[in-house]
Amino acid sequence: MTATVPPPALQGGRVLPPATDAAGAPRRRGAGGRRTAAAVLIVLTAAAYLLFRTDGAADGNGAAARFFDGVRDWVDANRDTSPFFLYGVNYVRLGVRLLVDVVQAALYGLGFAGLVTAVSAIGLVLAGWRTGLLALLGFLSFGVLGLWDESVDTLVLTLSAVLLSVLIGVPLGVLAARVRWVGATLRPVLDVMQIMPTFAYLAPMTLLFLIGEPAAVIATMIYAVPATIRITALGISEVPATAVEAATALGSTRWQLLTKVRLPMARTTLVLAVNQTIMLALSMVVITALIDAPGLGQNIVNALQRVNVGAAFDAGVAIVILAVVLDRITTNAARQAGAHRTRRQRQWRWAGAGAALVAVVATSFIAIDPGNLPQWSAAGPVNEVVGWIELHWYDVTEGLKNGISAGVLDPLETLLVTTPWWLFVLAVAAFGTLVSGWRAALIAALAAAGIAGLGLWQHSMQTLATVLVAIALTLVVGVAVGVFCARHDRLATAIRPVLDAAQTMPSFVYLLPAVALFGASRFTAIVAAVIFAVPPVVRLVERGVRDVPATVVEAAVSAGSTPRQLLWKVQLPMARGGLLLAANQGIVMVLAMVVVGGLVGAGALGYDVVAGFSQRELFGQGLAAGLAIVLLGILLDRLTQGFHNSKGPRR
Amino acid sequence: MAPMIAVTDLWKVFGPRADRIVGTPLAELSRADLRARTGCLVAVREVSFDVEPGEVFVVMGLSGSGKSTLVRCLTRLIEPTSGEISIGGESVRAMNAKRLRDLRRRQVAMVFQHFGLLPHRQVLDNVAYGLEIQGVGRAERHRQAAEVLALVGLDGHEQQYPDQLSGGMQQRVGLARALAADPEVLLFDEPFSALDPLIRRDMQAEVRRLHAEVGKTLVFITHDLAEALTLGDRIAVLRDGELVQVGTPEELVGAPADSYVADFVRDVPRSDVLTLRWIMREAGPEELCEDEPLSHRTVIRDAVHRVLRAERPIAVVDGTRRLGVIDRDRLLPALVSHHRQVPA
Amino acid sequence: MRTFRTTVAAALIVSLTACGGATSGAGEDEPSAGAKGTVNLAVNPWVGYEANAAVIAYLLEKKMGYTVDKKELKEEIAWQGFETGEVDVIVENWGHPDLKKTYIEDKKVAVEVGPTGNEGIIGWYVPEWMTQQYPDITDYKSLNKYANLFKTSESKGKGQFLAGDPSFVTNDEALVTNLKLNYTVVYSGSEAAIIKAAQQATAQKKPLLFYFYEPQWLFAKEKYVRVKLPAYTEGCDKDLKKVACDYPDYKLDKIASKKFADTGGAAYQFVKNFTWTNDDQNLVSDYLTNQGMSADQAAEKWVNEHEATWKPWIPA
Repeated sequence: MTATVPPPALQGGRVLPPATDAAGAPRRRGAGGRRTAAAVLIVLTAAAYLLFRTDGAADGNGAAARFFDGVRDWVDANRDTSPFFLYGVNYVRLGVRLLVDVVQAALYGLGFAGLVTAVSAIGLVLAGWRTGLLALLGFLSFGVLGLWDESVDTLVLTLSAVLLSVLIGVPLGVLAARVRWVGATLRPVLDVMQIMPTFAYLAPMTLLFLIGEPAAVIATMIYAVPATIRITALGISEVPATAVEAATALGSTRWQLLTKVRLPMARTTLVLAVNQTIMLALSMVVITALIDAPGLGQNIVNALQRVNVGAAFDAGVAIVILAVVLDRITTNAARQAGAHRTRRQRQWRWAGAGAALVAVVATSFIAIDPGNLPQWSAAGPVNEVVGWIELHWYDVTEGLKNGISAGVLDPLETLLVTTPWWLFVLAVAAFGTLVSGWRAALIAALAAAGIAGLGLWQHSMQTLATVLVAIALTLVVGVAVGVFCARHDRLATAIRPVLDAAQTMPSFVYLLPAVALFGASRFTAIVAAVIFAVPPVVRLVERGVRDVPATVVEAAVSAGSTPRQLLWKVQLPMARGGLLLAANQGIVMVLAMVVVGGLVGAGALGYDVVAGFSQRELFGQGLAAGLAIVLLGILLDRLTQGFHNSKGPRR
Repeated sequence: MAPMIAVTDLWKVFGPRADRIVGTPLAELSRADLRARTGCLVAVREVSFDVEPGEVFVVMGLSGSGKSTLVRCLTRLIEPTSGEISIGGESVRAMNAKRLRDLRRRQVAMVFQHFGLLPHRQVLDNVAYGLEIQGVGRAERHRQAAEVLALVGLDGHEQQYPDQLSGGMQQRVGLARALAADPEVLLFDEPFSALDPLIRRDMQAEVRRLHAEVGKTLVFITHDLAEALTLGDRIAVLRDGELVQVGTPEELVGAPADSYVADFVRDVPRSDVLTLRWIMREAGPEELCEDEPLSHRTVIRDAVHRVLRAERPIAVVDGTRRLGVIDRDRLLPALVSHHRQVPA
Repeated sequence: MRTFRTTVAAALIVSLTACGGATSGAGEDEPSAGAKGTVNLAVNPWVGYEANAAVIAYLLEKKMGYTVDKKELKEEIAWQGFETGEVDVIVENWGHPDLKKTYIEDKKVAVEVGPTGNEGIIGWYVPEWMTQQYPDITDYKSLNKYANLFKTSESKGKGQFLAGDPSFVTNDEALVTNLKLNYTVVYSGSEAAIIKAAQQATAQKKPLLFYFYEPQWLFAKEKYVRVKLPAYTEGCDKDLKKVACDYPDYKLDKIASKKFADTGGAAYQFVKNFTWTNDDQNLVSDYLTNQGMSADQAAEKWVNEHEATWKPWIPA
């Protein structure tokens, strides 16, 4: 499973600046002054809060919501008359529909036996016999789980979205790497796209593209394409300048340079880009079940509505299997893309591909009904376990929920909700400047002001409170486990596959166990968010601690440090960059999940979004809430981004 | 005969608004001062030289002296800031993109310090790359590439990939690639500095052999004086972007233009480089010489044997004209001393 | 069907590029024109609806030879499906005058297909044991007195009013405000979550005030009592911000897309004929929820036992 770990620079499809780059040696002298400034700011903020706090009146239906309602009405009225739709949006929809239909016709045309053979053959030829076997077993298991059609539907949408992402993302990535202004323009756009919680796109998607597969594919593409663009750009810009120069000196045209030098030399990275795109697309496709995309997502939405953990478990297993198969094929293909073959090997490969093709065509005529396979489902046992926990742990879960809600969440929420918006904006600006520099602080403060302008202040602050509590829990758990893993190799090896599986699982799936245990509450969303965000945090923390140079550790040990001293005085301080990066990553993920928590009673912005695309009169508010979520994401990201940009570990 | 390459007043300035420096008083500033004043870096300053057809012209300098920039300016891999370059009588700076490409494809090829091979192509296809982008058919370009590979001693390695070869062999591929399109001029940018000393010596011998066999015009960049002296018909010494001296190896060693060059060549065993011309003296009146004269081009070291054995001084001649005589007393100091000894 | 659609889409793109724009419904499934085609059946997220859908789908597939494509959708999105062609029919609609206006009157993409026979009631409920302990709790005026009983971690110091899926028809927030109740509306997110809470409220004698509705199989198992809100009068819920009255009673009905109505043939006629009682629906719901049956199994059982009910639905 180790291969599912993207290389450090590509964590979660975000291409990150190396955390250690900007050594902050000169900063040290400012540390004392900063501390004083922070203390003064805290006192000032507290004083201002006590003076000006409000009673936290509920949000009205703001101007922004009414504006978006107006937009919706206009779109509804003009969908079949306005040239924008007639010649633009509707064509996009039609084109994507065509794409989906073609992919669908192809996959369904193969039939059960044909598709299983095809996937195994692709695995075999591109990535070796182990992967082929894995693909074979994986796809057979969809039949055994009784989820064949759903899995194929999910695959159809995923592949369509990936195809689109590659068609759009690779050229853009090349341009971004080669043309400076394109790169500079795209960067902030991609930043926002990646911070944007998946949930926020759904309403605008339905507005423009209505419901169904096209809207789902486009939403998925929007979610996945930043990774395609970024990794492609990274791969292209990493092509050694010497090779490019040599080819130029031989008189290559720009096009020849691209097709004969840059693209071939970046191909390992390009396959990796496809891999990341697939993973992201898969997790988004499941969520688009909310706007009528078929597939495994429907099973999960369904299970969520019936609070049927077992049913979701089967679908979740199918998703993980699909993710693992696709991931293995692409990562191993990437590995093989870099390998050299002799002519004989290549001849064998072509022969193998030919034989596979024949086999696929032959098997596609065999009609096997996957329903006739032996069936297996984990639903029953899982539900029993859940039932048992509900019955016997009721006091524990209830106590935990009530304790955290009353002890931490409510006070924090009250504090935030009763803060006047201008004070909040000022505080963001001031503390942001302190932590991340004035540029980031300005953007964060503008985002905060924007939230206030949307007329969803209360809900935004409630969501923020939930996010803050969730991120605190995530960091506590993630850092503890990460440090533990870094110090105990065997544990790390045992836990790694779990983390990998957890990261391939779409965020959605985590709601279910949380809902089963904690019912409908904000705490449920917090639990789901913690489960969702802990794996990457663990990974980043572990890497941070492990990256502490062995010589330093050796020196500390030879100076007589106890293991505890080693951890607190050497490893953790030196792993600071990793820890802060983990915080930044974690916050973005937590926000995404807390918002999805609107489906299970977490309320606030998430609820507004869900209600927005399920109730007509709340549409505008839903869209405004989506925007507020995006702004909240930008705010949190900017505030914490300063961590890893400006304060790397000191060298 | 017209020079193969003629460079006149070539400038290259890196940095913001670099084009507004040449021809103004700013251009008179030293490198460091200019950098402080404008943020611009002068890489090549007012360089002029000619390279004759068939000549091996070495550009030597320490790192940062602008020699790699200079060689890249020749085919505009780096766009010069001002000045004239002509290759084969045609102005390079006046060429449009298409003509420039053509120049790079057919007339001037380059060998790079870090080889610049394409790792995804087999050796044969690396060598054939230049032909491929000119549109030469597959069979034909493979045939030509195989020939060139044989020339550099790499037959049998056609189907391998660059990373399966040693550094020296990789550079042979680089060399073969440059030779494949049969260009008139070969540019070498520190081609052997990434190689081990032994392999470097092999490769230098290889270049000498190839030069003898194919007779191209070579421009060779190096920071290694020994390499420059071994290969160069003429050597240009570059410091901070400026040309300090252009001359034959023995001119450099025998008559350094300034203390910089002198410092450079101080450790060179003079007897290996200087010819008899540099240490002969006027024949005394009526002085008797050995019967067999020595050519004035004879390197001191090669004359040691005869001079030491001779009873009388030996005449140094250019053809039939007698230039002077050489004897033990003139020879010995040149053998022991590395110190400056400018002939009168 | 798929290949047909692909061809249609491709042809449309080609022809439309040449001569004009594409409408929003372009390239979608043509409704099943009389022949044995596919019926796109929206399935809204509550079990009563699923019961209707299960029986209708079962009969269409097994007795009439159609293919049924069930689509799990929230109500509003299902209505949008009429426009795109994704949805042919909704088989349990609760009121939604606004949607009817938009899609039936304005856009003319949907038509009413008559009542399902079910009477829908929406209201505020408490478990029966509470009415014995606090007899006046069924009057909204005394709710504030008992607000403390309903406090939870989510209710911010007030009493909790538990609502369901955010997509359900609700006026609860407005009611709480306008009736000056000291309560917070908390959304459980789904019907199942309300039911779970309601069952716990009865089993563990936990106070609970919640949004619920009939027909619902749960009423056949346990007793819940409706809280009296100010009586519904015609138009009192016109302004959603100012609602201060109880929910009206609903005659649940069926909605179909215009295309399906025009070209659906026997399938449309069958949907039109479909009508049954709350008891019928509760029975199937019970099969679905508590007997662990799949939709097809539940429908099969009911169909086997109630031939007299469904025989007349099938057009001759």
